[in-house]
Amino acid sequence: MLRIENLSFAVDSEGQEKEIIRDISLDIPDGRLIVITGPNGGGKSTLAKLIAGIERPTAGHIYFQDHDVTEWDVTERARAGIAFAFQQPVRFKGIQVLDLIRLAAGRELSVSECCVYLSQVGLCAMEYINREVNASLSGGELKRIEIATVLARNSLLTVFDEPEAGIDLWSFNNLIDVFQDLRREISNRSILIISHQERILNIADEIIVLRDGQLVNRGARDEVLPTLIGSSSAVLPCKGIRKGADTE
Amino acid sequence: MNLNDTERFLLKEIADLTEIPAGAYNIRSDSRSVGRQSSPNIDIMPKEGVSGLDIFIKAGTKGETVHIPVVMTQSGLKEKVYNDFFIGEDADVEIVAGCGIDNCGAHDSQHDGIHRFYVGRGSRMRYVEKHYGSGSGTGKRILNPVTEVYMDEGSCAEMEMVQIKGVDDTVRTTVADLKTGAKLVVRERLMTHEQQRAESVYTVNLNGDDSTADIVSRGVARGSSYQRLDLKIVGNAACKGHTECDSIIMDDGRILAVPALEANNVDASLVHEAAIGKIAGEQLTKLMTLGLTAAEAEEQIINGFLR
Repeated sequence: MLRIENLSFAVDSEGQEKEIIRDISLDIPDGRLIVITGPNGGGKSTLAKLIAGIERPTAGHIYFQDHDVTEWDVTERARAGIAFAFQQPVRFKGIQVLDLIRLAAGRELSVSECCVYLSQVGLCAMEYINREVNASLSGGELKRIEIATVLARNSLLTVFDEPEAGIDLWSFNNLIDVFQDLRREISNRSILIISHQERILNIADEIIVLRDGQLVNRGARDEVLPTLIGSSSAVLPCKGIRKGADTE
Repeated sequence: MNLNDTERFLLKEIADLTEIPAGAYNIRSDSRSVGRQSSPNIDIMPKEGVSGLDIFIKAGTKGETVHIPVVMTQSGLKEKVYNDFFIGEDADVEIVAGCGIDNCGAHDSQHDGIHRFYVGRGSRMRYVEKHYGSGSGTGKRILNPVTEVYMDEGSCAEMEMVQIKGVDDTVRTTVADLKTGAKLVVRERLMTHEQQRAESVYTVNLNGDDSTADIVSRGVARGSSYQRLDLKIVGNAACKGHTECDSIIMDDGRILAVPALEANNVDASLVHEAAIGKIAGEQLTKLMTLGLTAAEAEEQIINGFLR
């Protein structure tokens, strides 16, 4: 479904080139749930943004469904079937939850159809549907709405950037169900999650470990997870949720 | 009522009217009344000596509406109209005004509407005013509304004032005097584009104890347009006042926000908030990840902001 070849991304840091992603190659087959973990600052979120087109690589190629999408912008990749859930959801003055879900679905959903997505993320739909997606919503509420918009995309590949960041424990439990549901709905759909939560790593088919912008390990969950337990790449929910507000 | 297509289009834009409204109304087109109707509780009388209307709303009138839209399609027309609203005690009414100018000629068209509201003790008034301009002519579309609101004890006014688009030049002046327990809520939306200029000046005098005012103005300045927003609240009693001026600046737009608070009583509590900024890049990116183009995302953000 997704193939990354020799991908690099560098930024200018005080006049010096700093490489955030270094020559990464990997592929995401159809129907897989893959979790990318690794220490903070290892380049996980940057890789997710490169896949969604939010950042442009300095070298290398990205192929999606056998198309070279390296030069495609965010819109083109979204339309091709890549959905992206932000680590820190964006606020909008005046745009309501209903508007955002309709935009995500790309069609005039009925209120009850929109409500299905909100219910999936544990929000009482009628309470939220006409709320503005602004600062009146808590971080946890915004995060759930963010995930609801991604569900409404109904995309082939869904990328979640630290979905657990900023949410409470109750939502965290729900989140695991959301990922499972996503897989059940479309069998060949793939899910890519940036996370160092042990509970999320536990549902992965495969785990990829990034460190210092490089791919240092990749394999089936049962092979990789034992090597991570106890490190910052596989933390327990409570610890992780406290850290949740940090941005990588 | 004989209205041409342009007049009908303008009425739809400014007052959401596709047919003759229920209740009391006066429809003004090119400086003359083309339809007027009073109701048992609402009397609409033409003024003598000057252009305009006296509108009397009987005490206790509940749930009725008054529509007084104005349309202008004749290029070069300039008018000044005085409309006074006398709302009796314990009434609850909605007033829909607004002006649409279509100017296809080379001469400036101008409508200056001076509206005075006397809101009786314990009454509620909801006021909706939309301004809109269209037409391909080189003549300007100019609107200079003056809105004066005199609020008696315990009265409540909720005012929605919107400039949709196409108004080349406007100076909007709003003055309100509030007695004890009166409550004023204003939601203003201003969109300017191309070379347009808009000034909006508010002076709200909180004269009675427990009076409150909440004035929120949102603006979008695109193209090379200019907006100036002067929002002033004067607290002369134990009152609460809040103004908020929130603007999106785009292209080569310019915005000047001039907040002013004056407290003349130790128990006056006044707050002002003001913010000017361009559309946040992350907002555009988020909507693009939902499949919108950058231009579509921008429109959605602006439409939401000015909703």
